[in-house]
Amino acid sequence: MADALVVAEFADGKLKKSTFHAITMVKQALPALGGAFDILLVGGPGAKAAAGELTGFGARKVLVCEDASLANYTAEHYAPTVAEVGKAHGLVAMTATTTGKDLLPRVAAKLDAAYAGDCADVSADGGKITYKRPMFAGNAFGYCQLSTPIQVATARQSEFDPAAPEGGSSPVEDVAKAAPGAAAERVEFVSLDSVKSERPELTDADVIVSGGRAIKEKFFDIMEPLADELGAAIGASRAACDAGYAPGDYQVGQTGKIVAPKLYFAIGISGAIQHIAGMKGSKTIVAINKDPDAPIFQISDYGLVADLFEAVPALVEELKKQKSA
Amino acid sequence: MKILVAIKRVADPDNANKVKIPPSGDKIDTAGLEWKMNPFDEYALETALRLTENGKSPKKREGEVIVVTLGPKDTETTLRSALATGADRAIRVETDDAELDGRLVSKALAKVVEEEKPDVVLLGKQAVDGDNNSVGQMLAEHLDYPMATFAATIQEEDGALLVGREVDGGVLTLRVKYPALVTVDLRIVASESVYSTKTDRSFKYNEGVRFAALPAIMKAKKKPLDVKALSDLTGGAELATTYLKFEPPPERKAGIKVADVTELVDKLANEAKAL
Repeated sequence: MADALVVAEFADGKLKKSTFHAITMVKQALPALGGAFDILLVGGPGAKAAAGELTGFGARKVLVCEDASLANYTAEHYAPTVAEVGKAHGLVAMTATTTGKDLLPRVAAKLDAAYAGDCADVSADGGKITYKRPMFAGNAFGYCQLSTPIQVATARQSEFDPAAPEGGSSPVEDVAKAAPGAAAERVEFVSLDSVKSERPELTDADVIVSGGRAIKEKFFDIMEPLADELGAAIGASRAACDAGYAPGDYQVGQTGKIVAPKLYFAIGISGAIQHIAGMKGSKTIVAINKDPDAPIFQISDYGLVADLFEAVPALVEELKKQKSA
Repeated sequence: MKILVAIKRVADPDNANKVKIPPSGDKIDTAGLEWKMNPFDEYALETALRLTENGKSPKKREGEVIVVTLGPKDTETTLRSALATGADRAIRVETDDAELDGRLVSKALAKVVEEEKPDVVLLGKQAVDGDNNSVGQMLAEHLDYPMATFAATIQEEDGALLVGREVDGGVLTLRVKYPALVTVDLRIVASESVYSTKTDRSFKYNEGVRFAALPAIMKAKKKPLDVKALSDLTGGAELATTYLKFEPPPERKAGIKVADVTELVDKLANEAKAL
């Protein structure tokens, strides 16, 4: 019998919602371990106060390591504490945000654990955890098992629903920061330049409107009114980012962000393989493109063959009408 | 500066949708797809070359770049192409692709790094076949090196790198002192992403990676290529990841074409219930 550990994410003085998705993955895997799960929150000032948000999910314990030296995330400072707590567990898991993907493989190496990254599903099969992982840019799924005494995994956020509170009150315990290694002395946090936006984050949005290279310099003129009307996040194809029409971190695709919103608009995007790999998990896909043979139409639920410079403003007007009706 | 770049060959990623999974689900069949250097590793190699030159006169090499891969004999083709592009020498760790997972690869690479003692280790952020995104981070931990993953920009300083990392919702900048490890993201090969101390800040690179000239391809055949055995590097550690089966993603069927935005909004609201 073994227990599992969920590593919570805490940034900017706030618990990140991504944490709840990892809780779901761990609960699904838990029958294979036969034990309980704990949640570990590591962070700077405010971490202890945020721990209260984690006590209603059925965890055996909520462990908090609050230390001023942990205010800015670096794997070199975080990994020793996560590994120290993790070594008493059979599974250590976190959501595959950029922090999760940076931190957990490092923790895995510290624990000599095998690692399954960006899992789309997990199941408990006769005392073993089977991880379902996207491979080859989403063109295949592999089901794997790990045979090290401790296993480490990250959850693809869009594939696991956020855990819902189930009541109860897990006890909160403090844990001390583990001593960092030599690596920590050679890394210095310089800055975090957040893109301040009123819009939801791409990986977190219910609706995404993505634009392609065809929109050129009018990228924001065309996309913003539509995003405003839908309360959507704005994405872009790799071609639009490479051409400089949209910032690099807008990129949806195999090499950018993998998203799966309820509603996805591909506007002026032809549908390169690498783009489709990043968004084909979306529930409903709308494509607007003037080329009737664009590959994007092969995967879209609703296709409109039209000049986007006319269709998108008309769509915004239509949505306004629909809203007021 | 001495830089070690770990590279992997993958089935042609531009045709990744052509991989086949037999009904038995026992493998991912990449037959018919050419081997290519993993794109992110190509970017890591380009980054290493940019860091060991003055961008204005790239023929004069200002450091040493060593490329390493793990795989059977025919992966030497990938190493030779890296040598032709500008790397100085190569190391191949003899093994079968099926005998590896990120844990073993990182253990083997750690031994190679300990022998070579580079200032900087560079890797792509992930290999686009397994997509596990783990070897760089694991390697950094084995070596007790500071790391900067998903790098979009690198500026060389005296004994350190200033690295802009692409993170959710912004750019996180770290300074890592040598010896250090960096994994690179797509944007690292933009025209103003990487500056060695020798390259003037006003210099702009051509977007993307450089290609080998024919004479360099000939010369690359004579550059040193060492072969090591995997078992000498992993201390008897065994493969700990087992794939039970594979399956293709669910087919997405083409939907319908709508005549205009009025019909589109109507369908979204009343049929898909998505508004």
